[in-house]
Amino acid sequence: MSDVLVNEIRRGFYLDSVALMRLSREVAGAEGVIEAALMMGSPSNLAIMRDAGLIEAGCDARPNDLVLGLRARDAAAAEAARALALEGLDRPRASAAAEDWRPRSIAAATEALPAANLALVSVPGDFAATEARRALGRGLNVLMFSDNVALEDERSLKLEARERGLLMMGPDCGTAILNGTPLAFANRVARGAVGIVGASGTGIQEVSCLVSEAGRGISHAIGVGGRDLKHEIGGITTMMALELLDADPATDRIVLISKPPHPEVAAAVLDRIAQSAKPHVVCFIGADPMDLPPGATQAFTLHEAAEMALDGARIGAGFSPDAAPRDMQGERRAGRIEGLFCGGTLAAEAQIVLRRAGRNPVSNAPVPGVAHVGDGAAGDRVLDLGADEYTRGRPHPMIDPSVRDEMLARALGDDAVGAILLDLVIGFGAHDDPAGQTAEVLAAHAGPRPPVVASVTGTAADPQDKARQAATLRAAGIVVAPSNAQASALAVTLAQTARAEAAS
Amino acid sequence: MPADTSQTPSGAARLLTEKIAVVNVGLDGFVADLRANAVEVVHVDWAPPAGGDPEMAALLARLGG
Repeated sequence: MSDVLVNEIRRGFYLDSVALMRLSREVAGAEGVIEAALMMGSPSNLAIMRDAGLIEAGCDARPNDLVLGLRARDAAAAEAARALALEGLDRPRASAAAEDWRPRSIAAATEALPAANLALVSVPGDFAATEARRALGRGLNVLMFSDNVALEDERSLKLEARERGLLMMGPDCGTAILNGTPLAFANRVARGAVGIVGASGTGIQEVSCLVSEAGRGISHAIGVGGRDLKHEIGGITTMMALELLDADPATDRIVLISKPPHPEVAAAVLDRIAQSAKPHVVCFIGADPMDLPPGATQAFTLHEAAEMALDGARIGAGFSPDAAPRDMQGERRAGRIEGLFCGGTLAAEAQIVLRRAGRNPVSNAPVPGVAHVGDGAAGDRVLDLGADEYTRGRPHPMIDPSVRDEMLARALGDDAVGAILLDLVIGFGAHDDPAGQTAEVLAAHAGPRPPVVASVTGTAADPQDKARQAATLRAAGIVVAPSNAQASALAVTLAQTARAEAAS
Repeated sequence: MPADTSQTPSGAARLLTEKIAVVNVGLDGFVADLRANAVEVVHVDWAPPAGGDPEMAALLARLGG
């Protein structure tokens, strides 16, 4: 019997991409379904569905139509899955409490909520700049989670925001904590005196969580968007954020996290830092040692940045990355390190740790000095699974780690792998139970496997509870390190010791 | 542009001292997270404007605010 293909188009029906991906997974997991997707009918989405064989030739869906495509083993399964999908589309959305009146525009929303001081914009990138302009025009600060926004739009939005005395965080700003409120992908951290300015969402998350779990706290963490320190943008939001935290009485020290900025932007930022009486920690992940103004210190990893913000207190003092834990599971063998990351900056930090230990990793998102994964080297591999090539048409692995599950399953069975290195990022926005899902992959594996080392970026106060996540990982035979840098260092130890043992 | 685009010069600084109140435009899932943190939030019932054509939508926004 041949597969059955079902297409259905709902004209003028919109659902956000995360809600659609969740529903797609639910339908794809139904009995007898081979593959399924629900997407808005943009040209790029239609191309993805066509490549997957999920739409018929001549599909005339338009960008504001919702498209269901599914392939099932037989007509009965197809019909059941179709009914499930349609029922899912009509399910009330999370935001729709019974008393809710939902305005159709930002203007109407600000009238309904005159105290509003921030717009959280996460519409598709093509439309994000237009909505952000509307928000700025209404006197709202903007946190723009959307990506795929043109650089010239980013620049003009940031200039307009500065002109209006407003903060334009993003595009591609994943994380902020303002006045104790976690926004987008952020964690419930303790309040305190450490201020953070970050061009990296997972960088902010790791540092804020390490500081919080060490008993100190965060005043504010201001996300600026991944491109703010590029030459074209000139650090407009970073400079405003540094000014704000410098003037903020609740902040007594400031941590700045970014990829290495453009040299002219770096010089301007360091000039601003030199004017401040507050101590600064500068963490430009992948940068060479720099001359910094007095009062500023350079951190080369997120772990170091957090320790410096803690006046040099050791994080994870009871953990030794220099020796394999006695109860470690997995077969010690010579092999490469396979790093499978959800967090881009955590993948960058792992590369720094591996490089400092004299190893030569390759990566799809290489830091300066690391080769691209496509260049053919057979050594350690550090993959950022949140990069575009892994998230085309699928959810980011922080929302749904399935893309990593498949790669983890392969790495467990690969006898060329000497250690597997993972990050788990919890908090608001993230998957409900990433540790449980990872544990299932290990449980499904039969036969020998290499050791697996992980860290959990989060806090005990997060909805997923860091301690519970760590316990689930340990029960699955995974070594849990106190930080991503320490997990990376332990992976190096395991690979190097195994190499020495294999040579002797 | 609407007539009442009053500038808020200290809007950025007030973000660090005032209670955060959010207009959410886009992902529905953020609303529940914000409410879990006791943040006042209004969710805009957004759909792609102008039949999903971004250029037309931007043009309409410039014309009509």
